[in-house]
Amino acid sequence: MSMENHGHHDNHGSHEHQGHHDEHHHEESFVSKYIFSMDHKTISRQFLVTAVIMATFAMIMSMLFRLQLAWPNEHFGFINWILGDKWGKDGILEPGMYMALVTIHGTVMVFMVLTGGLSGTFSNLLIPYQIGARDMASGFLNMLSYWFFFLSSAIMMASFFIETGPASGGWTVYPPLSALPQAMDGSKLGMTFWLLSMTAFIVSSLLGGLNYIITIINLRTKGMSMTRLPLTIWAFFVTAILGVLSFPVLLSAALLLIFDRSFGTSFYLSDIYIGGQALEQTGGSPILYQHLFWFLGHPEVYIIILPALGLTSEIISVNARKPIFGYRAMIGSIMAIGFLSFIVWGHHMFITGMNPFLGSVFVFTTLLIAIPSAVKAFNYITTLWKGNIRFTPGMLFAIGLVSTFISGGLTGIILADSALDIPIHDTYFVVAHFHIVMGVSAILGMLAGVYHWFPKMFLRHMNKKLGYVHFWLTFVSAYGVFFPMHFLGLAGVPRRYYSNTAFPMFDNLVDINVLITCFAILGGLAQIIFLFNFFYSMFRGPKSTQNPWHANTLEWTTPMANTHGNWPGALPVVHRWPYDYSKPGKEADYVPQTVPLAEGEVDGGGHH
Amino acid sequence: MIKFLVYVAIILTVLAVGYLVRVFELASSLKGKRSEEITEKDNRLMGRIMLAFVVAFFLFVIWQLKSYGWRMLPEAASVHGKELDWLFNFNMGILWFVFVITHILLFYFAYKYYGRKDNRATYFPHDNRLEMIWTVIPAIVLAVIVIYGIKTWNHITAVADPNSQVIELYAKQFDWTARYAGVDNTLGASNYKLITGTNDLGMDSTSQAGKDDIIVKNELHIVVNREVEFKFRSRDVIHSAYFPHFRAQMNCVPGMTTMLHFTPTITTAEMRKKPEVIAQMAGINAIRKARGDKPEEFNYILLCNKICGNSHYNMQMQVIVETEAEYNEWMKSKMPKKEAAPKEAAKEVAGN
Ligand code: HEM
Ligand SMILES: [Cu+2]
Ligand SMILES: [Cu+2]
Repeated sequence: MSMENHGHHDNHGSHEHQGHHDEHHHEESFVSKYIFSMDHKTISRQFLVTAVIMATFAMIMSMLFRLQLAWPNEHFGFINWILGDKWGKDGILEPGMYMALVTIHGTVMVFMVLTGGLSGTFSNLLIPYQIGARDMASGFLNMLSYWFFFLSSAIMMASFFIETGPASGGWTVYPPLSALPQAMDGSKLGMTFWLLSMTAFIVSSLLGGLNYIITIINLRTKGMSMTRLPLTIWAFFVTAILGVLSFPVLLSAALLLIFDRSFGTSFYLSDIYIGGQALEQTGGSPILYQHLFWFLGHPEVYIIILPALGLTSEIISVNARKPIFGYRAMIGSIMAIGFLSFIVWGHHMFITGMNPFLGSVFVFTTLLIAIPSAVKAFNYITTLWKGNIRFTPGMLFAIGLVSTFISGGLTGIILADSALDIPIHDTYFVVAHFHIVMGVSAILGMLAGVYHWFPKMFLRHMNKKLGYVHFWLTFVSAYGVFFPMHFLGLAGVPRRYYSNTAFPMFDNLVDINVLITCFAILGGLAQIIFLFNFFYSMFRGPKSTQNPWHANTLEWTTPMANTHGNWPGALPVVHRWPYDYSKPGKEADYVPQTVPLAEGEVDGGGHH
Repeated sequence: MIKFLVYVAIILTVLAVGYLVRVFELASSLKGKRSEEITEKDNRLMGRIMLAFVVAFFLFVIWQLKSYGWRMLPEAASVHGKELDWLFNFNMGILWFVFVITHILLFYFAYKYYGRKDNRATYFPHDNRLEMIWTVIPAIVLAVIVIYGIKTWNHITAVADPNSQVIELYAKQFDWTARYAGVDNTLGASNYKLITGTNDLGMDSTSQAGKDDIIVKNELHIVVNREVEFKFRSRDVIHSAYFPHFRAQMNCVPGMTTMLHFTPTITTAEMRKKPEVIAQMAGINAIRKARGDKPEEFNYILLCNKICGNSHYNMQMQVIVETEAEYNEWMKSKMPKKEAAPKEAAKEVAGN
């Protein structure tokens, strides 16, 4: 195998040198360097900054509707200030706008921040760096991937400026609600924008994903066998495969919806009487949409969480100064999760009247996924055991992720049990579950990655103390917001309710909602600390040394400059797995992957 | 003007923090330290906070169980609901156990092994036996969960008793209508194209079975200990019929009929006398009083639990569980005035 790898590497190297050579003939303009750049590092930073901005918008939206949930009918100048008289008259959020905010908040968080933003930032940054490549397989497609992502984000936000408001049928946009403009204002032009935005997003995601897969398969440097890849790369690899296989299905679902909306087809519509009129369409099925949507939707939640878990694996190992425990089992778990995530989508549809036997099958497959997930959690905990833990801000966020991944995963076991899902489906119990296991975990993982790789991205350090404060406030308020929501769900409170005041049975839950909103505000303020630290450190933070965390992976063997082609000279050659931390017999507590094996030394990754 | 001041305040705050950070960094570089370096002191402090966090977290959880626990839905008021509640508690028992153990380990290790200057971590890349243990044990526990879960699911979704009472629940933006199947216990045919201002459900007047159907808006009466089989239809978008007290829910999907059956076991009157319900209602009414709202009695309720439009949050129907006698009395009041109505209708059709 090493022969093969060798020849391959040479080809690639010479090709890249050629490209590199050409660069010297022209000065790069500002536009080609910072805007339409094809360099993976620049594209990664573009994704990150866009995602940070989108996350800020989505968070402000959640503040607006959280104010409404805690203090319905109260007048908030803040709401009027942001939404104006049309949607925030007298400082009271208008019900249609409430739904729109919830919908766009969910869509932006799930797709723009945690799919595009998370994968886009770290796959782009780390794949070439950690496998020892000069760039992505196709810089051009990579650039297009970012610009489609940008377009998609811009269209989504532009929908707030439409007369009838943005899409408001929930982030899952189930038809017929989303198909019929008569059903609600949000299903008018806003829904068209939503569909356009998602179409651009899917294009972006496919271009990015194909590029990641091809790069990982083809451009690994000499000695970098698959079983010497850092777990980050494994996670990005499986994530990209999931995306490439599932996003086209979402695209087809969206296309059929566009047909139903605009061209009178009836894929999803049947026997509907609305707005004083019986529609012609018959024979379609709204349930078909749900099957298509969740065929993407479930893999999608793993598309969100796997990269976060990959980043965490790396950060925990580096900072515990220990090899990640059970490297092979971790790879196996990632693959098992990836595979199983395609055969569990029905757990979102237990109460759509599906065949009960089919329901049982989905219960079984869903609970199977819990096994590799449990293995991952135990392996993280064991990695900490007898470590020598250095609490960088990144490490704190990574440990926080392990905690929320466990807490949220456990409630998933309840929801996966079809019988138990009946009374809690679509209640706040679900909101609590998916925020903790997917939302909070992935955000913590992403922030861990930002703190950890900030020196690589911006050549400077973020401020440590602000990082500490940011972590503890964020972590505490995340649990403060989402833990009590389980209780709301068990009290029967449905999600996507503008207000619970129409039901006396919910009157005694007001204090819970107030507590949640207070924590949400605290958590929101904590992000100001982060935003400040992020932008300030980008320009003024202390300069970083080349390998500030004493890590083994290849990205830290590149000079602290945005070198085009990453390594000024030849590509590095890999001799060992990436987790030789505190290896007995070695003086330093880390051994970079480029250090040859000593005589008789066994490679820890199991490579022979 | 105020907006302007807010802007100015925000900008000044950011600048101030910026300067503080700068000062802090300059000060530490004067002392010859790199401000980004993680010292043993940092590690110790963070390790301790980790430990403090897990203790505080557990206390927070216990506090929630204590102060929120009694406000959850009261005892299930249906046969299968009791089984579900048991299953829920059984699963939660396992989950609490795992939650507590893993969190103690995670945060305790984080504290115990915080980095010391002259310490070195133990090289421990893998251990097949350990990994085997934590693959097999979760697998066994999950198998138990799956088996119990599917058993209960099969009970709940089994075919309804043929003698159960058939009721149609018809959903539209934004209310519920019940249609009782009448003496023949069979619902008449309907078609959405027949919907008019006076024929809300699109009932087919040529359908024999529909002649004795009785349509009731806003309240749903059912008989205690008698199984009900609901048939759900929707006129416009997807709704979901959610009966939290009976632990039952089913989507209402335009273009198809979905079904669900359960047997209520506690009448509304009995429920109002349960100590836990009395305590809950006392709490609710105290809050209502403080707000100036009139007091309420406990009621079963049907909610819409699938986003269906701007008034989704207020699509409800009161559910009344009563004895057979009370139900018959109520039903009589809903019957068409003339006793002979069904017969007359029959004649009319025959005449055609
Ligand atoms: C800033 C902290 C956040 C707060 C306070 C918050 C709060 C909420 C609340 C209360 C809802 C439910 C509203 C309702 O159903 O009526 C909601 C919905 C949602 N949130 Fe968040 N959230 C936050 C962050 C996130 C993150 C990080 C994600 C990423 C996955 C996320 C994804 C979603 C999704 C997918 C929905 C469902 C939207 C829908 O129902 O269509 N949220 N959020
Ligand atoms: Cu799923
Ligand atoms: Cu509804």
